[in-house]
Amino acid sequence: MIELRGVHKRFGQQVILNGVDFSVEEGETVALLGPSGTGKSVLLKHIIGLIHPDSGTIIVDDLNVASLGRKELAALRSTIGYVFQNGALFDSMTVFENIRLGITDEKCNRDASYCAARVPECLALVNLTPETAAKFPAELSGGMRKRVGIARAIAGRPKYLLYDEPTSGLDPVNADIIDRLVKHLAETLGVTSVMVTHDVRGAFRVSDRVALLSDGKIVLQGTPQEFLASADLRIKAFLERDFDTHSFAA
Amino acid sequence: MQTAQTAILSLPRAVGRSAIGALAHVGRFSLMLAELFRALGEWRIWLPRTMDEARSIGAGSLFIVLLVSAFAGAVTALQTGYQFQGNLPYYVVGTLVVESIVLELGPVLTALVLAGRIGARYAAELGTMRVTEQIDALESLGRSPMSHLIIPRVLAGLVMIPILTIFANAIGVLAGWWSAKQVLPISNGDFTYGAQYFWRPFDAYYSIIKAFFFAGAITLIPCYMGFNAQQGAEGVGKATTTAVVATSVTILLLDTLLAKLLLHP
Ligand SMILES: Nc1ncnc2c1ncn2[C@@H]1O[C@H](COP(=O)(O)OP(=O)(O)O)[C@@H](O)[C@H]1O
Ligand SMILES: [Mg+2]
Repeated sequence: MIELRGVHKRFGQQVILNGVDFSVEEGETVALLGPSGTGKSVLLKHIIGLIHPDSGTIIVDDLNVASLGRKELAALRSTIGYVFQNGALFDSMTVFENIRLGITDEKCNRDASYCAARVPECLALVNLTPETAAKFPAELSGGMRKRVGIARAIAGRPKYLLYDEPTSGLDPVNADIIDRLVKHLAETLGVTSVMVTHDVRGAFRVSDRVALLSDGKIVLQGTPQEFLASADLRIKAFLERDFDTHSFAA
Repeated sequence: MQTAQTAILSLPRAVGRSAIGALAHVGRFSLMLAELFRALGEWRIWLPRTMDEARSIGAGSLFIVLLVSAFAGAVTALQTGYQFQGNLPYYVVGTLVVESIVLELGPVLTALVLAGRIGARYAAELGTMRVTEQIDALESLGRSPMSHLIIPRVLAGLVMIPILTIFANAIGVLAGWWSAKQVLPISNGDFTYGAQYFWRPFDAYYSIIKAFFFAGAITLIPCYMGFNAQQGAEGVGKATTTAVVATSVTILLLDTLLAKLLLHP
């Protein structure tokens, strides 16, 4: 379970999070929506302790993230898979080595035959061929890099998955594959997930609950139905805009 | 008048601000050192990476280091030969070439060249990894950036830079010897006699001790700067130039300090 209570964060004079309350139950998938630049990535980084809050508490797996020591934090992080918005692949390593670093269990990581089997398995889950493993990140397209980032995050069989815009910039076919992968991992392995996204339709399809971050606060966290029924203007504006772009494209 | 006054008033403020900035750097630098020592236990992670790094900086820097020290040795020989012509016995050239190369030029020129080569590379690599979130990604996997990134770079430098300095000393002396023979009627016997006349074994240790301290500066300062780079390509550029300048200045300061401490205790 993931819980944020009264989280405040500012960078210099710029207030990013202004009292965020947000929770994800065990096995649940929550989509986090919001205009770009509102601090969705910042919120997600708080959950694995890459950014520390100015005030407020963050609880993951009954542990207070901010008060963990170095070793406990590393142990907690190895149970969390984090998909970075821009991939954040290690560019001096091949795709194989990138994904291998995602195998956080040290015994498995040192077992060469385990890794040789696990890496292509993860590549297949994100619709990439085994040949991709020998390539360097610079040789891949943006969408492929993104999917390698997802493969790296799931390689260690994490209990929690935090996706930062996993489908933005992907073609519709692969976006669909990723959406289904998120759902599959949640349903078959009981992974608890948070998915930051702009794609309202994908969010509704994949997630149990949806949250909207706006002006440093969570405006609403509820089921897709509650979301659609909400009278809040910010939610309406967000849904409408998405609807408009889709009808325009169609 | 008004502007002069504000300028005078803002001076202490600027000094105060940069003093606080410097203190913050010292604090964060010490924190990095502490974390670095704590991560030394993870030798399984850093050992293979250190080997790779050492091979790459050794092979990558050998040529330029030898080139620079060969020229330094040659110029020293030619200039001392010119200065002392007719006044001192020729074997003095042997003394001066060996002493200036081993005590000063070998270690310092090597260090300054490597501040540009290794230091700039470390700062740029780590800075790029910082701004493209690769360091965050490593941490998100529960892995330590110290054992994966910093320790291999620092240890590789601490091993390879003194070794490169030894090569530089040897080539510098040989180049000086050869050049002296081109312009002066000096025999091999004269040169080696002069070289040995004032030679103390401590001179060799001193050279390596210096190289070791310079290696600390060349690796730690750029790693720190790159690791703490600010966002964007501009952040990486700034980290890299600051790293090279700070490292070069530190090398010259250390050079003076070690001369005082070790030669005039
Ligand atoms: N490390 C940082 N230092 C300073 N400002 C930051 C930092 N990280 C993010 N920000 C700022 O926080 C705001 C929110 O960023 P982000 O969380 O990336 O937005 P998004 O909702 O699009 O993911 C942006 O204005 C960004 O400039
Ligand atoms: Mg973002």
